[in-house]
Amino acid sequence: MLGFVVKRVLSAIPVLFMVAVIVFMVLRLSPGDPAVMIAGPNATTEQLQDLRESMGLNRPLLEQLFLWLGDIARGDFGVSLVSGKAVTELVLDRLGPTIALSLTTILLAVAVALPLGVIAAWQQGRWLDRLVMAGSVLGFSVPVFIIGYVMILIFARYLGWFPVQGYKPLSEGIGAFASRLVLPTVALSFPYIALIARIVRTNVIEVMGEDYIRTARAKGQTERGVMTGHALRNAAVPIVTIIGVSITMLISGVVVTESVFNIPGLGRLVLEAVLARDYTVIQAVILLFSTIYVFINLAVDLLYGFFDPRIRY
Amino acid sequence: MTTDNQSRVVLSVEGVTIDTRPAGRKPIVRDISFDVKEGETVCVVGESGSGKSVTSMAVMGLLPKDALQVSKGRILLDGEDVLQVSAARMRALRAAGVAMVFQEPMTALNPVKTVGEQIDEVLRLHTKDSAAQRRKKVLEMMERVHLPDVTRIYKAFPHELSGGQRQRIVIAMALILRPRLLLADEPTTALDVTTQKQILHLIKELQEQEKTAVVFVTHDFGVVSEIADRIVVMNRGELVETGTRDEILTAPKQDYTRMLVSSVPSLIPRRSPVTGQPKVLEVVGLVKRYGKKGLISDHSVLAAQEVSFTVHKGEITGIIGESGSGKSTVARCVMRLTDPSQGAVVVNGQDIVPMRRLRDVRKQVQYIFQDPYRSLNPRRTIGQSLMEGLINYGIDEGEARRRAGETLELVNMPASVMNRYPHQFSGGQRQRIAIARAVVMKPDLLIADEAVSALDVTVQAQVLRLLEDIRANTGVSILFITHDLRVAAQICNTVVVMQKGRIVEQGAAGDVLANPRHDYTRALIDAAPAPDWDFQNFRPAAGMPGMAPA
Repeated sequence: MLGFVVKRVLSAIPVLFMVAVIVFMVLRLSPGDPAVMIAGPNATTEQLQDLRESMGLNRPLLEQLFLWLGDIARGDFGVSLVSGKAVTELVLDRLGPTIALSLTTILLAVAVALPLGVIAAWQQGRWLDRLVMAGSVLGFSVPVFIIGYVMILIFARYLGWFPVQGYKPLSEGIGAFASRLVLPTVALSFPYIALIARIVRTNVIEVMGEDYIRTARAKGQTERGVMTGHALRNAAVPIVTIIGVSITMLISGVVVTESVFNIPGLGRLVLEAVLARDYTVIQAVILLFSTIYVFINLAVDLLYGFFDPRIRY
Repeated sequence: MTTDNQSRVVLSVEGVTIDTRPAGRKPIVRDISFDVKEGETVCVVGESGSGKSVTSMAVMGLLPKDALQVSKGRILLDGEDVLQVSAARMRALRAAGVAMVFQEPMTALNPVKTVGEQIDEVLRLHTKDSAAQRRKKVLEMMERVHLPDVTRIYKAFPHELSGGQRQRIVIAMALILRPRLLLADEPTTALDVTTQKQILHLIKELQEQEKTAVVFVTHDFGVVSEIADRIVVMNRGELVETGTRDEILTAPKQDYTRMLVSSVPSLIPRRSPVTGQPKVLEVVGLVKRYGKKGLISDHSVLAAQEVSFTVHKGEITGIIGESGSGKSTVARCVMRLTDPSQGAVVVNGQDIVPMRRLRDVRKQVQYIFQDPYRSLNPRRTIGQSLMEGLINYGIDEGEARRRAGETLELVNMPASVMNRYPHQFSGGQRQRIAIARAVVMKPDLLIADEAVSALDVTVQAQVLRLLEDIRANTGVSILFITHDLRVAAQICNTVVVMQKGRIVEQGAAGDVLANPRHDYTRALIDAAPAPDWDFQNFRPAAGMPGMAPA
């Protein structure tokens, strides 16, 4: 098992390196002179020359790459072309809300979807199963922004249980932090609950037809023991996969949710940076997202090995 | 084994009928009655669809609730009707009163738990022992089923063990609480003959120690003749005949029983090699290495090494071996489904190993697969499947249809089945169709890879006769891959015995099977159940190797 973990972790390093190189190349290889793109159409030749000098653009490409990689390794992502602030600082400021929202959403989704999927599988073909499955079609089909606005309307406007929009960091008190996260978390979790519940149901039903389930029953195991002791762990691999995919989808999906609930997270930062053509910020965020994806995949791989001994090679 | 009338009846099945749910269709099992006494082994024998497995599941209370139910009768376990007890009582009876060993040791164990944990689960459910006591008992039981190095195996996962070891784990799990009744549903069918022999011996040994009553469900009369005290013959859900082992094997009263027993191929080889015919296939020094051989480490496996043999026109050559012997690898190399690492495969005088274009060879060599349920495309009609190959080789559709019809008649199927789909046929019919699919190409060589292993004995006998007829009518040569010595003895002119990728012995079937020179061949023949019984003539065989003089 230790060998498996070491191997997997080591194999993530070249992937991260490749990601960094690709992100670097995307900006350098885009059509036209990066200096022109960065400085804008109204820049003078002198300004462009200065910019090339300061960005090191007149050095060989390979040298530029290694200088840039060195900067990244020290956590220096350069300065924002629009605000002039350090990119690292900008990103770190916005990371908190996004991570908070993504974590609460996936935790809620898994906590609700797992029992729903198991109940549906257990009651396969009966009304409870049909209810869960019908609900999951609905949860998956209705867009987040509609669920979001409807929930704001009901729970914030009419009932006044939660603030309408905004975000407060944890440092300003758990109440302020939590109350502002409830509505976006619930709204955002709907499609993931639907997705994960479906996958749980399908895989549990499949596993329940296996011979070793019959063996467990033949041993005198209770139905509950069969489900928790034998079925769930065998169904875990595809479920973990879909949870991993969900997290990556979540992170790229926060752009919409953060807009609806006016949360100053990474999603909003990207939106602003794209609109303002703030290339250094875009570069840093792409790199950050890619790194997160790599680590989520790594975590999913390691969990495979944890749940299924046959995968530990 | 005691079968005297004084011993107590452990299991009594009384007039049991099992219906589908919702009811309305024909019952799966109708009015079955039999008893099993302490220390007695009762074999329930029948072909697929006879209801033998369903009956044993009913005793365990494990019938799928939504699909099947016992609608009539009683199942008494030490006088207690298991059909009337509560769910909690039934769970308590399982493992403690009645335990089960299943057919597939590969899938009967949970792949994500150690085998020790899985045996331990039985004790956790049914006893109040401490963890240390339980561990001690599990290790003791693992020793009793003759597993080596039990502390290591305790921590092993099922995929780290061999098929035989897994089946020992399943048996340990079933017998650790010393149940009164053991239900064994084809427990050795998925195992090699040598492993089968050990497992049968183990069940017998434990049964004698504990006086367990055993119900042994099987389709294999070889196994039956070795272990049965009494035999229950079932057919299509009905009980055909019961009797002692000798009554059923030597003097069956019912026609169905007679047919079933006489379908079991005997171990006596019947054919001699073909002489004076040209060589159709010559394999010379074939080597197949799977995986890479690195500079330092060697992860490769030699699946076949230095394999050489010849098949003449009109000859049936058997490749005999257990799982992992390399017999299928050789077959796949001959067809170039996989590329040999070294050596030559000469088909009709032409070495096909260096060839790039295999199209012409593909027509000369055709393959019949083991599983007739999966080897025909379910979305194509029989006609389409049969004609596809011909049309690929440029024969026009009318001619292809005519030849497909002719070939179907050759395998005793009416040409009218061309418009139907595979699921509308039984396993035996599908295998005939699969044979027709191969034969329609007019190949010079047929490769039959365990082509009759998945079939019931009566169907197996028919398909073997059919292959023999086709050989006689068309002069095709057959490379017949099998693990079953009886089948090989029935049909092969020459045999090649393989072990761990090497040929250990080859020659005329009569010589090799009647007077084996190599220890491994001898061990295989010894391990084949009931080598000393001539089923076709309902009597002990004379002059067979491995048999004590009568």
